[in-house]
Amino acid sequence: MSTETAEVKETKASEALFSKRRKKLISDPLIDDNPITIQVLGICSALAVTTQMQPTLVMAISVIFVMVMANLTISLLRNTIPSRVRIIVQLAVVASLVTLVNEILKAFAYDMYKELSVFVGLIITNCIVMGRLEAFALGNKPYDSVLDGFGSALGYSWIILAVAFFRELLGSGSVFGVEIYDGISSLFGGEFSLATNGLMVSPVGAFIILGLIIWVQRTKTGYVEH
Amino acid sequence: MELFSLAIRSIFIDNMVFAYFLGMCSFLAVSKKVSTALGLGAAVIFVLTVTVPVNWLLNEFVLKEGALTWASASLAGVDLTFLRFIMFIAIIAAMVQLVEMVVEKFAPALYGALGIFLPLIAVNCAILGGSLFMAQRDYTLAESAVYGFGSGTGFFLAIVALAAIREKLKYSNVPNGLKGLGITMLLTGLMGIAFMSFMGIDL
Repeated sequence: MSTETAEVKETKASEALFSKRRKKLISDPLIDDNPITIQVLGICSALAVTTQMQPTLVMAISVIFVMVMANLTISLLRNTIPSRVRIIVQLAVVASLVTLVNEILKAFAYDMYKELSVFVGLIITNCIVMGRLEAFALGNKPYDSVLDGFGSALGYSWIILAVAFFRELLGSGSVFGVEIYDGISSLFGGEFSLATNGLMVSPVGAFIILGLIIWVQRTKTGYVEH
Repeated sequence: MELFSLAIRSIFIDNMVFAYFLGMCSFLAVSKKVSTALGLGAAVIFVLTVTVPVNWLLNEFVLKEGALTWASASLAGVDLTFLRFIMFIAIIAAMVQLVEMVVEKFAPALYGALGIFLPLIAVNCAILGGSLFMAQRDYTLAESAVYGFGSGTGFFLAIVALAAIREKLKYSNVPNGLKGLGITMLLTGLMGIAFMSFMGIDL
């Protein structure tokens, strides 16, 4: 206990690397203030890639990278950006980062680049990125902004990964390309085979799965929209 | 005939919202009333019809590999494709600004109706998506104009239909957790199933 109080005293001069407030910056967007299910942001581009886990994971990592770096950059520049042209500056920063991600994918993961096609580019107009830049990075210090961006991107990532998990399992009978349905039916000597649901692979599946996830999540947190 | 089938395809079969999830943010946020949905939908048709052909010109004469040959033969090997995102988004932001000023000057009534929606559109994924799809699918200039108009119309139809349903939904008893976003996602899914029936059209 004594060490803890000592730490608190210290933070008065300079805040600890992971103080309570900073931990909240990361943990809040995961459940209580989730960008997708509560704030209704960033549903735009990401759902299209959630038919399978693997491209979704790549997409999630790309978004985390773009958000953290964009928040950092804008936060460092926050005192030099005139407020009248801030949207253009933000767009330019985000577009440069996305171009970077796109080129890296093209060079090192060409199959993934083909599969994600235009949706990597659409991270630029992902409302979460712009939203956090506008609402947080423009008014806060770089380190806090990095944490905030990381938290929001993480909150976004786990939702799209959850959607992808159900869509791939029910739609293709596999998880990360590992055939689950075939495995189960061979366990029982191949006497029956589990049918996959084609609707889950189509866009409709994403809407319905996300709707249900939102329902469960909001019932748990008790959030009601009016 | 080719163009007509492209228009039908982009409105119904490859619908921006139901097939590609584009423009979902504004689709969900601005679909509470039919009148505002009409305004946003019209603005999206307008901006898409303008920006897709303009970005086509940009792509064809500046960005594509060897596109700069018209300026000087020594630039034939230059490939600026990697600048696509930045250039497209810059063009879109500029065009939206321009469209806003032109509409304000020459059609004040329309400006009053579209007013607040125009700036919002610069960061609507449907607009950037339209341009990126155009570049990816190698459309011609005429095709890209038709594609821009068609996909805008598809978005218009989707958002107006959803707004109409949500207006009626006010009178129903929705479980607390599903209120707002949840029920809207499920509704969108059901509308998507309805739109899937257009896939059977053989063009």
